[in-house]
Amino acid sequence: MEQNQKTGKLLEVKDLHVSFFTPAGEVKAVGGISYDLNYDEVMGIVGESGSGKSVEAYSIIGLLQSPGKVVGGSITLEGEDVLAKSKEEMIALRGSKVAMIFQNPMTCLNPVYTIGNQLIEALKAHDKKVSKEEASKRAMEMLELVGINNVAKRMKQYPHELSGGMRQRVMIAMGLICHPQLLIADEPTTALDVTIQAQILELMKDLQKKTHMGIIFITHNLGVVAEICDKVSVMYAGKMVEQGPVDDIFYKPGHPYTMGLLRSMPRVDAESYERLIPIEGTPVDMLNPPEGCPFAPRCEYAMKICLQKMPPYVELGENHRSACWLRVQEQMEREKQGAAEQKEVPDHE
Amino acid sequence: MSEKNDILVQVDHLTKYFGIKGVKGPGVQAVEDVSLFIKRGETLGLVGESGCGKTTLGRTILQLHEPTSGTIVYDGQTIYQHEYPFEAKNVQVKGKDGAMHEQSVLVKKPVPRAKAVDMLPYRRKMQIIFQDPSASLDPRMTVGEIIGEALDIHKLCSTKKDRTDRIKELLSMVGLNTEHANRYPHEFSGGQQQRVGIARALAVRPEFIVCDEPISALDVSIQSQVVNMLEDMQQDLGLTYLFIAHDLSVVRHISNRIGVMYLGTLVELAESYELNKNPIHPYTKTLLSAVPVPDPEVSRTRQRIVLEGDIPSPMNPPTGCRFHTRCPYATEKCKEAVPQLKEHAPGHWAACHLLG
Repeated sequence: MEQNQKTGKLLEVKDLHVSFFTPAGEVKAVGGISYDLNYDEVMGIVGESGSGKSVEAYSIIGLLQSPGKVVGGSITLEGEDVLAKSKEEMIALRGSKVAMIFQNPMTCLNPVYTIGNQLIEALKAHDKKVSKEEASKRAMEMLELVGINNVAKRMKQYPHELSGGMRQRVMIAMGLICHPQLLIADEPTTALDVTIQAQILELMKDLQKKTHMGIIFITHNLGVVAEICDKVSVMYAGKMVEQGPVDDIFYKPGHPYTMGLLRSMPRVDAESYERLIPIEGTPVDMLNPPEGCPFAPRCEYAMKICLQKMPPYVELGENHRSACWLRVQEQMEREKQGAAEQKEVPDHE
Repeated sequence: MSEKNDILVQVDHLTKYFGIKGVKGPGVQAVEDVSLFIKRGETLGLVGESGCGKTTLGRTILQLHEPTSGTIVYDGQTIYQHEYPFEAKNVQVKGKDGAMHEQSVLVKKPVPRAKAVDMLPYRRKMQIIFQDPSASLDPRMTVGEIIGEALDIHKLCSTKKDRTDRIKELLSMVGLNTEHANRYPHEFSGGQQQRVGIARALAVRPEFIVCDEPISALDVSIQSQVVNMLEDMQQDLGLTYLFIAHDLSVVRHISNRIGVMYLGTLVELAESYELNKNPIHPYTKTLLSAVPVPDPEVSRTRQRIVLEGDIPSPMNPPTGCRFHTRCPYATEKCKEAVPQLKEHAPGHWAACHLLG
C-alpha cells in the first residue's frame, strides 16, 4: 500500500478551546492549544489523565460527545476546515482521511461480529461499489500487513477469540484499511504488556514508514514517546505547556512540568540507585482551575506572577516553545542585555 | 542461602491451581512450583506479563488464596504445608489426525489434607496493598472506619481515644490531613486513596507487606510520590516488601532483588543491579529490551529483541520449559524437560537448559 508521498502541512490546529458544560459548571478541558502536523510525522501528546489530551483528539475527528463542545479556534485538515463540516461530511471524513485507534481494543470491537465482518464494514462504509470478494481480499491483505498470520481463519473469528495484542492489531488494520492521511492513536499500548507493547510500536513505526501518514500519538508514557515520536506536545490541565522536537523536550526541557516528569521517572537503564524526585501536590481540579499558570501550585519555581497570569509562549529553539514565566524572564533579560550592548558599542567608538 | 533467622518468608515448591467446574484435571495452573525466600528488611520485586501469576503468588503466600501444595514458612514457623495432589499419567488421547497417541496428563491423587493453621496472628504481621485503591476501599465506610477496622479485629486499641489517636497518627504518616478521617473514599484523588490503602496496611504494625501493583493505577506524577513514601516507610518501620509490578523500571528502582516470572514459573532471580546488567534467561533479556527508555538517543541506537506471539494459556501450558514456544533459542530438550532453578553465579538463579 505504498502511497505517493505528500509533503507539507497535514493538520493545523489553532487556538482550540473545548469545554464541557456540566451541571456543576463549565469545565475548560482544552484551553487554547495550537500546533501543526506534517505528513510523515509522528507527534506525541503527553499528559496526565484529565489533561485534555484525548478530548483534543476527539474534536479533530468529530467524536466529541455532549456536553463537550468546541467553543473556539480552528482545525484545518489538508486545507479543509473540519469544524465547518456537516454531520454527513464528517462521517465521510472519518475513516477515510482520519482514523483513530483506541486504548482498549476489546471495548472498541463489536463482540457479536467476526473480525472479517467488521473490517469489510469499515471498507464498505466509504466505498459502496467495492465487491464482496474485493473487500474480503483487501481485508485479508490488511490483516497480513499488521502481522497477523493464518488470515483466512482469523477473518471468521470473533474478538473474544483473540489475545489483547492481536485485537490491537485488528484495530490498527481497521483504522488503516481506507488509507487515512492522519491516524490518531489514543494510548494504543497502555492496556498491553511490555513485550506486546514493543511488538505494536515496531508495527506502527513500520507502517508509518510505508504509508507516510501523520500520526498523533497520545500517551502518558515518556518512554514510548522517546521511541516513536518526532515531536512532542506536553499538556497540563488543558494547556499546552511545552512543545518541540523530541530531542529538545528530553534534553533541553523548558517547562518545570516537563522537567518534573522526566526527573520523577525511574529508568530501567539507570547506573545506580537514585531517589526519585516527585512532583509534589495533586493534579488540578478542572472545575476550579487556578488563575494564571495551571502548574503554578505544584511548581517549585513559582513566582507571584505565575499565580496571576498565564504565561505567553517563548521560543526556545527551532519549533521549540514553552509557556513559563521563568523563560519569559530569561528572554527579557537577554533582550535587555542585547539592547544594552548595542547602546554601549557606539559609546566606545 | 544466608543464615536462617535472616529469612522472613520462605516458600518451597508452592503451587496454585484454580480448578474449573466441569473440567477434569488441574484447571488453570497459575503458579507452578515456585521456591524463593525473602530476607528481613529487603524488597523482593516480582515482574512478569499479565497472567504470569505474580499476583496469585503474592496472594497465595498470604493465603488469601489457599495454595494447592507446597510449604510456606514465616519467620521460622511453618504456616502451610501440603503434598502435591496430582500425578502425571500417560493416557491415550485422540489426536487431530484421528490416530490415538500417548499424552501425559495430570490426574488427581489422594493426599492427606493440609493441617489448618490459625492465620489471625500472622495476618497481623503480613499485610497487603492492593492495585486499585478505589476498588479496595469500601465506599460506604469513612477512611477512619476503614483504618479502625483493622485495629478492632486485632484488638490493638483498648480505649476509644487510643483508637482515634492511632488513626490520626496513621493518616499523618501517609501524608494525609488528620481531619480527613471522617471523609469517604470517593472524596479523595487516586493517589490519596492509595495512601489510605497504605495506612490501612500499616495500622496493625506489620513486618511484611505484599505490594500488589500499588502504583500502576496512578498518574505518572503521583507514582513517584508513592514510591518514595513506600521507601521511607520501609526505612522507618523496618518493613519487608514483596513488590509486584509489571513496570520493570519501577521494580528495578525499589527492589534489592528481582524475580522474573513467566506463565506461573520463576525463571530468574537475582540482585536488582545484576539482573539489569547481566540477565541470563532469554525471557528476562527480551523483557528488559522491551521496556521503553525515556531517552530518544538510547531508543534510536539500542537493539531490541521482539518476541513473536502471545503468552500461552495457563490452562494448557506448554510442556517442558514453559517459555519454549516463544524462545528464540529453544531446543528439543526444552520441549521435554522442565528446567530447574539453579544458582549460576552467587545469588543469581535462573531456570534454563541453555545455561547448563
